[in-house]
Amino acid sequence: MTQVQDHSPTPQVLNPPLLGISGLNVYYGESHILRNVDLTVGQGQMVCLIGRNGVGKTTLLKTVMGLLSPREGQIRFRNEIITRKSPHQRARMGIGYVPQGREIIPRVTVRENLLLGLEARPQGRKGNDTIPEEIFDLFPVLKTMLHRMGGDLSGGQQQQLAIARALMGKPQLLVLDEPTEGIQPSIILEIEAAVRGIIEATGISVLLVEQHLHFVRQADRYYAMQKGGIVASGATKDLSQEVIQRFLSV
Amino acid sequence: MVLQLIQGLFNGLSIGSVLLVVALGLAIVFGLMGVINLAHGELMMLGAYTTFVVQNTFRPLGEPVFSFYIFAALPMAFLVAALVGLALERGVIRFLYGRPLETLLATWGVSLILRQFVRSVNGSLALSLGVFCLLFFGAWVILSRLRRDWSELRNRVLWGVGILSGAIAFFTHKVLDSNPTFSTLWFSARNVDVTAPPWLRGGIPLGNFQLPYARIFIIVLTLICVVGIYWFLNRSNWGLRIRAVTQNRNMSACLGIPTDRVDALTFALGSGLAGVAGVAIALLGSVGPNTGQNYIVDAFMVVVVGGVGNLFGTIIAAMAIGIVTYLIGSGTIAALLLPIDALKPVTEFFLFFATTSMAKVMVFALIIAFLQFKPAGIFAPKGRTAEL
Amino acid sequence: MTVDILSRSQSLKRERKRQFLLEGIAIVAIAIFLIGVMPLLLTPFRLRLLGRFLSLAIVALGIDLIWGYTGLLSLGHGIFFALGGYAIAMHLQLQLPPGQIPDFFPLYGVTELPLFWQPFYSFPFTLLALILIPSLVAGFLGYLVFRNRIKGVYFSILTQAALIVFFNFFNGQQKLINGTNGLKTDTNQLFGVVVSSQPAQFAFYTATILILILLYVLTRWLTSGRFGRLLIAIRDDENRVRFSGYDPTAFKVLVFAISGGIAGISGALFTVQSGIITPSAMDVAFSIEMVIWVAVGGRGTLVGAILGALLVNYARTFLSEQFAEVWLFFQGALFLIVVTVLPDGILGWLRSWQWGKVRALLGMSAPVVTYPSLEQDPEVQKERQEVGEDGNQ
Ligand SMILES: Nc1ncnc2c1ncn2[C@@H]1O[C@H](COP(=O)(O)OP(=O)(O)OP(=O)(O)O)[C@@H](O)[C@H]1O
Ligand SMILES: [Mg+2]
Repeated sequence: MTQVQDHSPTPQVLNPPLLGISGLNVYYGESHILRNVDLTVGQGQMVCLIGRNGVGKTTLLKTVMGLLSPREGQIRFRNEIITRKSPHQRARMGIGYVPQGREIIPRVTVRENLLLGLEARPQGRKGNDTIPEEIFDLFPVLKTMLHRMGGDLSGGQQQQLAIARALMGKPQLLVLDEPTEGIQPSIILEIEAAVRGIIEATGISVLLVEQHLHFVRQADRYYAMQKGGIVASGATKDLSQEVIQRFLSV
Repeated sequence: MVLQLIQGLFNGLSIGSVLLVVALGLAIVFGLMGVINLAHGELMMLGAYTTFVVQNTFRPLGEPVFSFYIFAALPMAFLVAALVGLALERGVIRFLYGRPLETLLATWGVSLILRQFVRSVNGSLALSLGVFCLLFFGAWVILSRLRRDWSELRNRVLWGVGILSGAIAFFTHKVLDSNPTFSTLWFSARNVDVTAPPWLRGGIPLGNFQLPYARIFIIVLTLICVVGIYWFLNRSNWGLRIRAVTQNRNMSACLGIPTDRVDALTFALGSGLAGVAGVAIALLGSVGPNTGQNYIVDAFMVVVVGGVGNLFGTIIAAMAIGIVTYLIGSGTIAALLLPIDALKPVTEFFLFFATTSMAKVMVFALIIAFLQFKPAGIFAPKGRTAEL
Repeated sequence: MTVDILSRSQSLKRERKRQFLLEGIAIVAIAIFLIGVMPLLLTPFRLRLLGRFLSLAIVALGIDLIWGYTGLLSLGHGIFFALGGYAIAMHLQLQLPPGQIPDFFPLYGVTELPLFWQPFYSFPFTLLALILIPSLVAGFLGYLVFRNRIKGVYFSILTQAALIVFFNFFNGQQKLINGTNGLKTDTNQLFGVVVSSQPAQFAFYTATILILILLYVLTRWLTSGRFGRLLIAIRDDENRVRFSGYDPTAFKVLVFAISGGIAGISGALFTVQSGIITPSAMDVAFSIEMVIWVAVGGRGTLVGAILGALLVNYARTFLSEQFAEVWLFFQGALFLIVVTVLPDGILGWLRSWQWGKVRALLGMSAPVVTYPSLEQDPEVQKERQEVGEDGNQ
């Protein structure tokens, strides 16, 4: 098997990385899905994970969130080992998750979905029920739909809601799993702009799984996965045509 | 004729509201969590016994105070049942989520234990149980504070501690049992009677019958519970969390909702409602260790017919089942049909079912027939729900 | 490669035959022991007790068939059990001089035998009825429920409700079947012999053992072939079965009916050996207890069901003779323990324990956790081997 060489210079990590994953091995029952995955996301960095369908990108993000527990390996977040922490503890530590398929709570209004995002704040929700204006600045659609059921929104609207909901918790790391999957091009641009806006405005870090080349290029670094392992990584500005063809299902 | 119908409807409504207050807790536990709690009836029974105890505590206080013991009994019963429910959830049910049939069997075990418990509880049993809890959980708390490597040691140590404190508790029991103050049974297997406070006796006369105050009290109580639950689930923070966890557990966890605490709270709430229902049934008749069993299956039918996870459906189902049961069981339908000669066979048919227990036969047949058309109940659950 | 598979499947067949042979020898030995030796060891009272417990083991087999293999937890088997018991009791009640009717009827002012009693004069009809009536009732109930894809706990709750309904019905109908008091059988005669007499009781005891063996073989046969695999498939993923072109509803109805029939036989044998059948056979607790017998022994094993029924019932006799009030505590604890720490019952525990040990000796990894019966099935093992080889290529 030919390995794609990592040409990029290793980035100078002054502070310890926000998220550090090392030697991660994850199984579904007996089948080995993630093999020795190492990955870091620096403070304020946007990292993109690419790879064809079924290589284990979602599995990796779920493990970061704590929905799956690894058989081996370690996950550090803000210099703390979080491998054994439960998902809600990780959310409260500042990881905001936008899952593949959006996972909007269906029979709860849009407003309530957003308010649920407040749960991730370190001090919890505590009777707070205001939705900051910035959210509506980023996603104006949501403002008109506050009293609709979450499950009744269209796919694109749900995606925006999912991102908005994750932002409500003021996370330090935003984990996005294919936010543009199945969404029409104009809205993809909107979502892309929103994500860029969030990063500029708040300086949070992003771990992104993406198939759209244009979006991938927004990231600082990329990791390419194949058969459950990381096979290439580097700065996105160095993304070669070869890598793109091998790992993006364009 | 009209009066008879009104009376029938009133009695049916009051049966329905008893059913509803019993089924409310189930609708929460079964509807929201997918847990079949066969010990629900026993939680109710505990509520009823709590009423009995509160009544006896208030009796020495004399008249004006005693009349209102029921208002102390309600929160007490809620609390007792909720605490027992909480212990049940933390101790057993939480390990069985996603395995409904196993949950069913385990809760039946708990139900047997609770029934025998009220039969044989006395000072020494209660004290030795207290000793056990103190030792076991005390050791647990202390050890988990002291030892860094607690999570690895945990299982082995807990077995040891459990056996040790069990032995000490057993010894305490044996020693105390020889002392008559500790060995007299608190309730024994015989039924106990709760006397309704004076203002709940009698009723509003209406024609040649009366609407008993106790029944009206239960209807009002049920109404308050329904409104309270509705408000709690739809307007409070915890209600929102509960709804979120029911609809999408994993995502709720990823949003920072402590799902295990939500589970515990939901279960405790459902159990507490069983306790409140216990107060209601204590007003209707004497209370025994098997009291809960008389209501539990009917309550399950209410939830099944109403549609799982649907408060409104539960209400309608309870009222419908209550009214139909009463109209058939009391012979009201038969009596109404009697003057019409052409319907003689129909009348005889209804006469055959005109006892309380035969009415249940008929209502069950109707429920099965109903489920042929609406297998998921009056209001089928929408969106994603746990497959049961 | 093909030759290899062929010879392997042949050796598997041989292996299977040997297993069946061994099992057959074991069964015959146990039967000879129970029929030939036990009567010498036990007092007539204890022997009658054993006979009763063995007849309860029969209903446990029926429960295992639907719960252990098909995943349907019935809490209403008391219905079928009682129907079988009532059928035989009605026949025995009718062993009277011509023109007389059973002596409870006049108490309620009934002077003429109700119509549905008439056919029970005939012994062959009774035999047929005690199997067919319960299985038809089970089939009908099952059809109404499964048709709508009601399953899981809903099914359990509905069967329990049905149980209570039948209980109410039998309890309330004094004029038809003597209500709460039930029907006594002890003083009646069967083929000119008093039912409670020792020879009759011994005959019932022997019959119980033979029928238990017969039904064990039947259920064993049902669960080991294609039918059995289908049942397990329904238990594990009903939708997949439906998409593969089978109709799970029909199979569930069928297997529920068979299980009901088995319960009927069990009820009849139990009734003649205990001397009475009352509506309390349809007590809620009794029907759930049946489930725990199977769970204690190990569900999905058949042998476990028999073992569990005997063990729990002996435990009950022992405990309630010694300390009456402990029994319910003990039973409650049993439910909790079986569900939480012994999910595969005694048999499953023994098996997995031995398996684990053997595998550890051979330096293999921990066994895959499935139902015990799967671990035993040679065909599953064959498939596993093949899959394992493919995976390693
Ligand atoms: N619940 C599961 N049980 C067993 N295997 C699973 C499960 N979920 C995923 N897998 C397997 O794990 C592998 C990785 O899946 P994953 O969802 O992580 O892929 P992905 O890279 O996110 O793909 P996509 O681009 O399609 O989203 C796949 O081969 C999939 O079949
Ligand atoms: Mg994915």
